[in-house]
Amino acid sequence: MPTDHDKLQATRRRFLTDAAALAGSAGFGAGFGLSLTVKPASATPETMRAALKRVVGEATLRKGKVKLDLPPLVENGNVVPLTVTVDSPMTATDHVKAIHVFNEKNPQPNVIGVQLGPRAGRATMATRIRLADTQTVTAVAELSDGTFWTDNIQVIVTLAACVENM
Amino acid sequence: MARALINVPAKAKRGEIIEIKTLIQHEMETGYRVGTNGNMIPRDIITDFVCKYNGEEIFRADLFPAIAANPFFTFYTVATESGAISFEWSGDNGFTAAETATITVE
Repeated sequence: MPTDHDKLQATRRRFLTDAAALAGSAGFGAGFGLSLTVKPASATPETMRAALKRVVGEATLRKGKVKLDLPPLVENGNVVPLTVTVDSPMTATDHVKAIHVFNEKNPQPNVIGVQLGPRAGRATMATRIRLADTQTVTAVAELSDGTFWTDNIQVIVTLAACVENM
Repeated sequence: MARALINVPAKAKRGEIIEIKTLIQHEMETGYRVGTNGNMIPRDIITDFVCKYNGEEIFRADLFPAIAANPFFTFYTVATESGAISFEWSGDNGFTAAETATITVE
């Protein structure tokens, strides 16, 4: 779902690309254009939605059941503890099939995809991730009855991952 | 050979939900960083992790560059019978690693 913040980001990005195109066509922006191409690719809310669609397909995404646990203020984006818990009895007929985590501003929208089954006993998974910027992280759970549930959380990152050598 | 740490309880009651923790030593180079010579450092990550309980798959993860260095996982399973819990990691540049833990179920 696009928020005001997303729209603002989109317009800013569009402005930057338009400006780059203009500079390039005017023939004086060689250096400027080069500096833009060296910048690593970044996922956007749009690519995150595309990645989400690859997992969810045409099914509706409902909020609830999933609990995404991340520290709201991250001091070091290189190691961010993440826990996803899904409210499910984990029986043979009613269990979580998969958990996916997405982000909107890392170079790639995918963070992790996990497959589990009734043998898990408890639909909980924890790992450590990287976050490149202050952004919204989304978790999606696929249940055995074919429904998809989601949760998202806004995280503030003070030291971004992947920039220490730049 | 990458060092891996596995934490599985040695004993469990039948039907008990046990917690499994795994940690493996790996750089998880994202492929988006620039090295000292100005070139991109090529991607080198673990892409797959599989955990099997007596040969039956109980947990599988697809990893992306957004996973922190030294991938760490916590997950759960039901202790059904005594036997072996095996862990396998595989990734870029032919990386593979495997570990096994034994569990006694009473």
